[in-house]
This record gives sequence, C-alpha cells and structure tokens, in this order.
Amino acid sequence: MKKCTGSLALAALSLFPVLAFASGAIEGDVKQQATNWHAIIMFVVFVAFTMGITYWAARRTRSASDFYTAGGGISGFQNGLAIAGDYMSAASFLGISAMVFDKGFDGLIYSIGFLVGWPVILFLVAERLRNLGKYTFADVASYRLQQTPVRSFAATSTLMVVAMYLIAQMVGAGKLIQLLFGMSYSSAVIMVGILMVCYVLFGGMLATTWVQIIKAVLLLCGASFMAFMVLSTVGFSPEMMFEKAVAAHAKHAAIMAPGKADPVDSISLGMALMFGTAGLPHILMRFFTVSDAKEARKSVFYATGFIGYFYILTFIIGFGAIMLVLNQPGMMETVTKNGKEVHQLIGGSNMAAIHLANAVGGDMFLGFISAVAFATILAVVAGLALSGASAVSHDLYASVIMKGKANEADEIRVSKITTVVLGIIAIVLGLVFEKQNIAFMVGLAFSIAASANFPILFLSMFWKGLTTRGAVIGGFVGLVSAILLIVVGPTVWVDIMKHPTALFPYKNPAIFSITLAFVSTWLFSVTDKSKSAEDEKAKFDAQFVRSMTGIGATGASKH
Amino acid sequence: MNEDVLKKVQSNPKFKELVHKKTSLGWQLSIVMLVIYYGFTLVLAFSPSTLGAPLAPGMTMTVGIPVGILIILSAFLLTGLYVRKANGEFDQLNREIVEEAQK
Repeated sequence: MKKCTGSLALAALSLFPVLAFASGAIEGDVKQQATNWHAIIMFVVFVAFTMGITYWAARRTRSASDFYTAGGGISGFQNGLAIAGDYMSAASFLGISAMVFDKGFDGLIYSIGFLVGWPVILFLVAERLRNLGKYTFADVASYRLQQTPVRSFAATSTLMVVAMYLIAQMVGAGKLIQLLFGMSYSSAVIMVGILMVCYVLFGGMLATTWVQIIKAVLLLCGASFMAFMVLSTVGFSPEMMFEKAVAAHAKHAAIMAPGKADPVDSISLGMALMFGTAGLPHILMRFFTVSDAKEARKSVFYATGFIGYFYILTFIIGFGAIMLVLNQPGMMETVTKNGKEVHQLIGGSNMAAIHLANAVGGDMFLGFISAVAFATILAVVAGLALSGASAVSHDLYASVIMKGKANEADEIRVSKITTVVLGIIAIVLGLVFEKQNIAFMVGLAFSIAASANFPILFLSMFWKGLTTRGAVIGGFVGLVSAILLIVVGPTVWVDIMKHPTALFPYKNPAIFSITLAFVSTWLFSVTDKSKSAEDEKAKFDAQFVRSMTGIGATGASKH
Repeated sequence: MNEDVLKKVQSNPKFKELVHKKTSLGWQLSIVMLVIYYGFTLVLAFSPSTLGAPLAPGMTMTVGIPVGILIILSAFLLTGLYVRKANGEFDQLNREIVEEAQK
C-alpha cells in the first residue's frame, strides 16, 4: 500500500487512554491520499446495507422504549456481539495491533486490562442494573434518591464522557479516512456526523444495535482471516512466529518480555480500565436492551468471549506485522519528526494491521479491512450519540425539567432534536479540534467514567447508607478530581502545555480520584442527618429485593 | 412493589438462600478475577523478569505469553461459570420466590 504516507499516530482515536498516551496523539498533518476505490466501494455497500436496516428499524421504532432500548427485544447473544462491537473500536483493532507491533508483549498486557473488567461487571453489576433500570444508568443511581440532583449529576457526567469520546472518534475518523480513502478531512468528518445522526434519528436503538452487530461480525471475520494467514506462513507454530519476529524486530528478544512500568501508574491504569468500563454510559445502556436479568448475564458471557478472542487475534496480527510487514520493500518510509529522520512503517505503526491486510490478502482485502475500520467508527459514534441523547431527553428533560410528567411523544421528540444537535456539535468540534492533541480527552472519558459514574452506581446498589447529598457531592468530587489530575499530570501539563515538570506525577489518576469519590460519598452520606436521608435509607430494602429478584422490573415490550 | 409482596419476599427463607448464594458467588468470583489480574500487575511491576524468562531453555516464547493467554481464558471461564450457576440454580430459586410472593 504505497498510498499511505504522512506522519500520524492514530492512537488518539483509541478508546483507551493508554494507547493514546503510549504512542502519542495525532501529530501534525496527514497528507490526503490517492483515492482507494476498493475501500470506497466496500464502504458504500456497508452504508447502503445499514441504511436498509435503519429503514426497517424505523418502521418498528414508535415508543420511547423502542427508541432507547429497541423495545428490550435484543437477545443475549445479539447484545453480547453489540457490546463486543462497542469495545472493538477502530482503536483497539489498529491501536492494540500497533502496540504489539512496536512493543510486543506489552500489547498483550493492555488487552488483558481491558478484558478483566467484564467478569466483574457480570458478577456485581449487570443483572442488578437490568432489574432496576429502564433507559439510562441514572435510573438506577436515582432509584431511591432525589431525582433532580442525582439525574442532573448523572446527565452532566454522561455528557462529559460522550463529548470527550465523540471528539476523539470524530478527529480520528477524519484522519483515518484521509489516509485510507483519500478523502478530505472536513468532508470525512461531515459524512461521519451525518451518517451517525441518520442511524440514531430514524432507527433508534434497534438500528444502532444492528449496525454494531454487523460491524462486529465483519471485524471478527476479517481479523480471524488475517490471524489464520499469519499462522499459516509459519506452519501454525507460534514458536516459529516468535522466532521470526524476534529476528526481524529492532528490539529483538525484548519484545517477548514486559517493558518497564511504574507500579502506581500500572495499578491506577488497571483500575481506570476495570471500573471505567463499568461506568461508560454507552456500554451500560446496552443492558436495558435485553428482556431480563438472564439475558443480561448471557450478554456479558458472549461479550467476554468475543472480546477475549479478538484480543488474541490482534496479538497474532501484531506479531504477523512484525514478521511480514516490517522492513519489507514498499512498506517503509522515512519521515522527519521533531527535526529527526525516522524510518517507520508507511503512515506510522497504527497502520500495521492495514499493511498486513495488504500483505496477506491483496488489494481487495485491504479495501475490506479499511472499510471495516471506518464502519467501526460509525457504529461506535452512533452508540455514543444515542447515549448522550437519552441523558438529555430521559434524565434532564423528562425527569428534571418536566418532573416525570412529560408525555412519551415529547420525550422522543426531545431526544431526536438532541441527536441532531449532538451531530452538529460533533461535526463542529471535529473540525475545530483537527490539529489538537486529543489523547487526553480519551483518557478523561475513561477516568470520569471510573471516578464519577462507577462509584455512585456501585454504592447505590450495594450500600444502604447512600444519600442524595453523598451521591451528588461524591460524584462531582470524582468528576472534578479526575479532570484536574489529568490536566496537571504529565500528559497535559508537560506534553501539551509544555511546562517542564508535572504537578502530579502520574499519567493515570484513577487510583486517587476513585478513592476520593468513594471517601467523599461515604463522608457526606453518613453525616447527612436530614429527614430525606432517612427516607432514602428506608427505601433500600425494596430496591434490594427488586435488584435481586427482578420483581417490578421493566420487562420487554410486547412486540 | 407493594408492602405486602415485599414482606412476603423478605420473610421467605428461599430469598435469604438466594441472596446468600448469589452474593457470595458473585464476590468470590470477583475476588478470584481481581487476584489474578492484580497479581499479574504486581509481578509486572516488581518482577518483570519472571514473565520475560523463556518457557523452556532455548525457546523464544516466554512465560508471559501463555500466562497472558490463560488470563484471557480465565476471564471467559469465570463468566461462564457464573452464568451457568445463575441461569440454572439461581433462576429456579428466583422463580419460586416470585410465584410464592404473588399467591
């Protein structure tokens, strides 16, 4: 693939702070490439097909429950695929394989961090969430607390997480499309924004889920084929693959062993990944699309299986790229970075999986993988937009502004207007932030989810003593401390703002901000002697019975 | 849920059994996962050479690779174990509780 030149680290569109931090943010300009027709044709087929699905879904989406949760009619297996799809973003595909390509074993360490949150979500969160909630995680957090303050907090942190993610995905999409399709940055960003709004506006959760499922299947098939082809070149002997990779890589045997890491940063990162996943609004809302607790459990089981399998594939793909792409004629370029000449893969390490697709499957397969990478971004931003829209319409409009007296038609109208507004905002921000370092926003999204959403959600389900005052103060403490510690940490303070040393030494603040959130939630709850606090504690028993048995839980709608 | 149903469920010994079984299994498995993961993280932080050692003398593959793959598999197996228990035994118990509460 000679079309790819330019210096870019795609990792910034990564779902994950680490990857973004590890390989640097998007740097400088990406040169627009020659038009890649294979990729464009396959992408057009994908868009046409998903628009067909959106049309089909639109005819089935009438009530609020259809719009937010696909009427609760998604099966555990389908939802497992959709959740896996949310997780297998273009970033984890390109970013993790790039990381394995650069550092070998360390790439596997990150994959593991992303995966191990899932079992814990299953054991402690999934079914309780399904039994208590209806459309958003704020339903659960505010179950026995005062609606207005708790939902205002939940909607604020949801919108923060969604905004950070959307910007990162939009900018990443623009750069990726420029590189893969040869389209201009601004037209790419506008196209992503419009398609995202179409899926959500017309097809609601049903279309959003099916787009995600289709993409997940395509990505799993494509990655499986690549891993199979890589292994077939070494006679299906992993040992042979590692030997060849060690011989080809500049770091030699070091790629087989873990690199240096600061213990506090590693553990903090582990916590952000594990608990951040359990606090991401667009992941949590997927638990409301299944009919009951049983299907919710199955979703996590299948999701864990698919994600784990996918990470093993990306590990093989990364090593395959070292073997088959690194230093091969026509795959390398020399660019100037910060005044130094760097010999690198064309388009940077993040293109490792894309080059490998070309090496093992030719131009057609390269086009397929490029189209899938773009489809992945579309599916993820659609989920984000829907989650932001439900925070505004269900939490802010219906519960806070209308005090629960909004009629369903108005609530849907508000969420549709919000979707359009979010689409416009996403396009504008995507254009404004084109040249910005966006890595820290992704880091923020995960840290906020882990430090603000997760502690409140967890305590509302497990601790009788939680009161409105504790939840709101503790949640905001988590939110603010996560943002502040990232800003004064090495990523923003030194790398972006160019100060000589960071005020806070760690890249990953989660261990501190999560602790702060838990401690202040506890403190402001136990010292809350108000009458309403007493009532809130008294309501815990009924909530507990419902969370365990599902009695009174919102079921699937009839159709 | 009205007061009557709530009282019935709470006083049902089967509910206590369900709560006990589900909660303890959930926490036990969570702890297993946390121990596996943070154990791995601590080895990485304090003794990375353990994972970087060759699997057998003369081999390129290091101990860390099968260990990493096994952790991924363990996550899948633990979720499988829980789902099997919960969708079978616990749901059966749950159905009985719900039926008895609505009598």
